[in-house]
Amino acid sequence: MTSRVTAGSPNASPGESHPPGDARVLAALDAVRDPELDEPITSLGFVSSCMISADGDAQVRLRLPTYFCAPNFAFLMVADAYDAVSALPGVRATEVVLEDHFASDAINGGVAARAGFARSFDGEAVGELHGLRADFLRKAIMAGTDQVCRPLLDAGTDPGRLLELTLGEVPQSRPLERLRERRAELGLPAGDEAPLVIEPVTGEPVTPDAAPLHLRRARTTRISLESNGSICRGMLRHRYQTSGVGEEEP
Amino acid sequence: MYEKNGEKYYVVDGHMHYWNAAPDNWVPGAEQYAKGWIECFHAYQGLGPPATHWPIEHFQKYSEDDLMKDVFEDGHVDVAIFQPTYLREWYKEGFNTTERNAEMGKHHPGKFVYNTRFDPRDGDEGLKVLQENVDRYGSKGLKLYTAEWNNGSRGYKLSDPGAYRFLEAAQGLGIKNIHVHKGPTIWPLDKDAFDVADVDHAATDFPELNFIVEHVGLPRIEDFCFMATQEPNVYAGLAVVIGGLMHARPRFFAKVMGELLFWVGEDKMLFGSDYAIWEPKWQVEGFVDWEMPAGEEFADYPRLGADGKKKILGLNAAKLYDIDVPAEYQLKDGGTPGAHEVLAGEPEEHAATGA
Repeated sequence: MTSRVTAGSPNASPGESHPPGDARVLAALDAVRDPELDEPITSLGFVSSCMISADGDAQVRLRLPTYFCAPNFAFLMVADAYDAVSALPGVRATEVVLEDHFASDAINGGVAARAGFARSFDGEAVGELHGLRADFLRKAIMAGTDQVCRPLLDAGTDPGRLLELTLGEVPQSRPLERLRERRAELGLPAGDEAPLVIEPVTGEPVTPDAAPLHLRRARTTRISLESNGSICRGMLRHRYQTSGVGEEEP
Repeated sequence: MYEKNGEKYYVVDGHMHYWNAAPDNWVPGAEQYAKGWIECFHAYQGLGPPATHWPIEHFQKYSEDDLMKDVFEDGHVDVAIFQPTYLREWYKEGFNTTERNAEMGKHHPGKFVYNTRFDPRDGDEGLKVLQENVDRYGSKGLKLYTAEWNNGSRGYKLSDPGAYRFLEAAQGLGIKNIHVHKGPTIWPLDKDAFDVADVDHAATDFPELNFIVEHVGLPRIEDFCFMATQEPNVYAGLAVVIGGLMHARPRFFAKVMGELLFWVGEDKMLFGSDYAIWEPKWQVEGFVDWEMPAGEEFADYPRLGADGKKKILGLNAAKLYDIDVPAEYQLKDGGTPGAHEVLAGEPEEHAATGA
């Protein structure tokens, strides 16, 4: 017997009334992010369906805002979805299909064959995507720095004081948690004793001289990421009139 | 021209098109790309006001009369700059070529500026065509789409030696303005295709050319801003910013405008409707009415007054393209838009002290 979670009308909560197996797949997909937007593919609406058979065969279908979304980022999302779902206990086989994309065949075939990016795009790429992923984690850290610092500044914290703060001294919040996760992912200091404001390339604390420009850039990076996300959501809604599985308004 | 509250605006549409993306122009075997491209454009139109949405059939191919009405009669535009996009691997006669634009524009003298293009992968033959186009159409500007597919190649960088050869040749032919449009593919595919570092290199190495980065480098607004603030000859093309955000996401529009005003400045921002993605009418009218919202999150952004809007809507582009603007549309204080000279000495300081 096969159950299936599919895209529904806007604001539906498709996960709730479906079998626990599918909810498990969906939960695994929650951990997969669009590396460019730094948001889960589920809440962005990129999951058009996910299902798992009683025998443990998982199938995921993904969709993107346009036919021409950048193929390297698309590949990362399909490959990460494959890894996340196939790591679930009891999953025997995993299939992830990217729909309606100019490079669907190369991406789907390459991920299924565990071929890596360069072999999936033979002759068009010279390397894998680790560098690209790291660059975008750094952007996410810059954006996250603004998300954590701005409420502190608005509450009257002196900009100079921000440089003295450690991660452990900042009040708990989801943005703080996310910032720590991204820093840990890149191998940057993320413990309680680590400074709140660091250079995302070197991991070094930011000096008072460099701080105003650093914080200004953090804000610009955040606005860029969030604006891109809003455009992507608008394009996705125009392309598909249904909500994705697990889609959420920002 | 457009007049509101006693202020007169001369409008130069810095980025617009006359395309044919209907099935009769699709290359056999590449239909899915031709269809995918125009559907992607059509989805962008969905970000504008619902009353301005077109059915896909009309969007694929509109007439000369449609364009003249939408852009000039209703759209307040005085002079429009054609930015050609070839895409000959997908569209038999090209998506919108210099020839197609000029053929249409010759019925309307004085209304259009004909930019042309090059593709560095076309080699000597491409150089010859560039020279012919400049001679024939009097082009002063180029539109470069770095993600264009060409013979198995998925794109190029502006800093490639081949591209430099063309930029040198273009400069020798009297070209002044290079409009750069980034897309999702370049070679190699494992790099970020939207990275604007290649524009940075080219702008440094060709200080006599102006580089207008279209849709402000979206989706890399931040990289564009950090680069543009250091390069006196880099400008922001606002196509997609106004069309894609002003109606659909007004708060993000305000923030992006705030960032651009801070890093780039009103002397270096150029309006472009991106017609036929969006009609200029609602963009011009909405932009003239627009004000930075009140509230903490917008408090430290520069404000944009009527003079700034006049520069962005037309005077900056008029300067770059030597378009004569009647005296009644000039700035009252005689200020000179087009910030090439104005900001050249101070961008670093500007960036560092503004937080």
